[in-house]
Amino acid sequence: MSGALVAAAQAPAPAPASDRAAYRETLLELARADGRIWCVDSDMGGLEKQFEAELPDQYVDLGIAEANLMSVSAALASTGILPFVNTMAAFASARALEQVKVDIAYHALQVRIVATHSGFSAAHLGPTHHAQQDLAVMRTLPGMTVMTPADAGETARMVRAAAYLPGPVYIRLGRAETDPVYPDADADAEFTVGRAVELRAGGDVTIVAAGSYPVLFALEAAETLAARGVEATVLNMHTIKPLDVPALVRAAATTAGIVTVEDHSLLGGLGSAVAEATSLHHPTRVLRVGTADAFCARPGTHREQLEVAGVSPDRVVAAARAVVRGRQEKDIHA
Amino acid sequence: MTVQTAEAPTGAGVDVVGLERRALAVREHVLAIGAGPIGTHVGGSLSAADILVALYFDVLRVRPDEPRWSGRDHFLLSKGHASAALYSTLAERGFLPREELATYGRSEGRLMAHPTLSVPGVEFATGSLGHGLSLGVGLALAARRAVLPNRVYVLLGDGELQEGSVWEAAMSAAHLGLDNLTAVVDRNRLQINGSTEDRMRLEPLTDKWRAFGWNASVVDGHDFARLVPALRSAPGSGRPTVLVADTVKGRGVRHLEHRKQGHFAKLSPAAYERALAALRAAA
Repeated sequence: MSGALVAAAQAPAPAPASDRAAYRETLLELARADGRIWCVDSDMGGLEKQFEAELPDQYVDLGIAEANLMSVSAALASTGILPFVNTMAAFASARALEQVKVDIAYHALQVRIVATHSGFSAAHLGPTHHAQQDLAVMRTLPGMTVMTPADAGETARMVRAAAYLPGPVYIRLGRAETDPVYPDADADAEFTVGRAVELRAGGDVTIVAAGSYPVLFALEAAETLAARGVEATVLNMHTIKPLDVPALVRAAATTAGIVTVEDHSLLGGLGSAVAEATSLHHPTRVLRVGTADAFCARPGTHREQLEVAGVSPDRVVAAARAVVRGRQEKDIHA
Repeated sequence: MTVQTAEAPTGAGVDVVGLERRALAVREHVLAIGAGPIGTHVGGSLSAADILVALYFDVLRVRPDEPRWSGRDHFLLSKGHASAALYSTLAERGFLPREELATYGRSEGRLMAHPTLSVPGVEFATGSLGHGLSLGVGLALAARRAVLPNRVYVLLGDGELQEGSVWEAAMSAAHLGLDNLTAVVDRNRLQINGSTEDRMRLEPLTDKWRAFGWNASVVDGHDFARLVPALRSAPGSGRPTVLVADTVKGRGVRHLEHRKQGHFAKLSPAAYERALAALRAAA
């Protein structure tokens, strides 16, 4: 656990920030330093202004055509260009999935797919723009690195770390500003692909979370649990694939069990990945907090959509207490 | 024989006899592959054979002993099911041993029924239709931005044009002004269920491409004297070029020509001998 995090717990909370904005700034900074890094756009809004003005040779907008977007990016990568492909998670993981599978993943090309509006972050935009399946889909593609940051600061660190990774990368971002998880002092903290960050240490139960609201909910739940005498370890599992199996084995060995939290369907995402890994390497109780197997029915904020679908700090608390009590309860949404 | 046409560049300097000899060899390989353990897409391989031979033996700047040579022209077989014709052409051109063609579809070999990167000369695995033109756009755009002379050729099936992604690619190629990109449509007019015009109409096809901003023309896909000059000429007008190559499915084997039944075939020994005899008789 980082000392800075402990200190920051008493410091005033930094202001909410957008991981999309942090990504744009980081990509621009990377592209200025390396002409091989391209921004491949699909009419996403917000990328064109600076890139077209400053780095026009490293920018192309392919319009509203995501299948073509992915194939063109694969071909660019085959020539040594490092394309960052920009679209929404719903389109990257569903509409253009075959191009991602065949042209990018099968050819093991260095394409960075940066997908915004993940999970329920599109909120009021509705199920056409929600992506509750993208982690499940992307992690089944051989060689695909799958990551999702917890806040804007971690987005910047993640994008820098991903820039030169071999093979394809899927980075899952949100839409609007969210509260920071890390204090400003952690801006230059180490980020290692595939290694979970321990945000809190506790010996009773381990909460494994990925993405902004899930990590915030996990930390909030840990505080509530602590007030009731239950100490939780909180892991920010920012990399879904490759999964940090040693961290999960430690959690399974040293605490009563694991609770997973994600802004994604209960089917196939972080919870499934954790259950698969522990069942093989260190069987333990895993309770999953994720979104119900249903499309959302009403408009609402991102947080409201999550709560309606079954993802909230209270749910995490309930699951953690169930794990600690060792009761053979069913999954929260099984 | 060299034939001059009014609309196309002349066929001067085209070794028609030599190309026809290569095309016969490619077709013989295709039939042999069709007689192998898994069969192959015979009809569409035979319709594409002359286009492949024209490209690999006249038009493309490639080095068989150095398949990834940086100065190469790129070729993408978007209609990946014509792998038998591609492998046969690559073998004739020296990218792989001719004997290796006998391993097509066999577990001890590397020749899958759709092209993969393990085959020398194959740049992209294809087979799911509607990807190749987009890949060509990416390669052409990369060459353009780097001010490199590499040209890009993409061979599409006509039925394949029913995939919407082809038109996403077509729109982007014209928008980006990629005149280093040439698409060739193997217009054999048949898909599995029958005539393209009966199943999902493509005509007026050149009008469609022109409306998308391409230079479009029709060329005889089996006449080297016309096909080669058409493929050689890069208009350089700021527009990509498409050649709609008028072809015959099953071309070269009379009893397979124009027949949808020849789309895929696993030839029995007797059927293979009959097809081979028909091919040689017509040559």
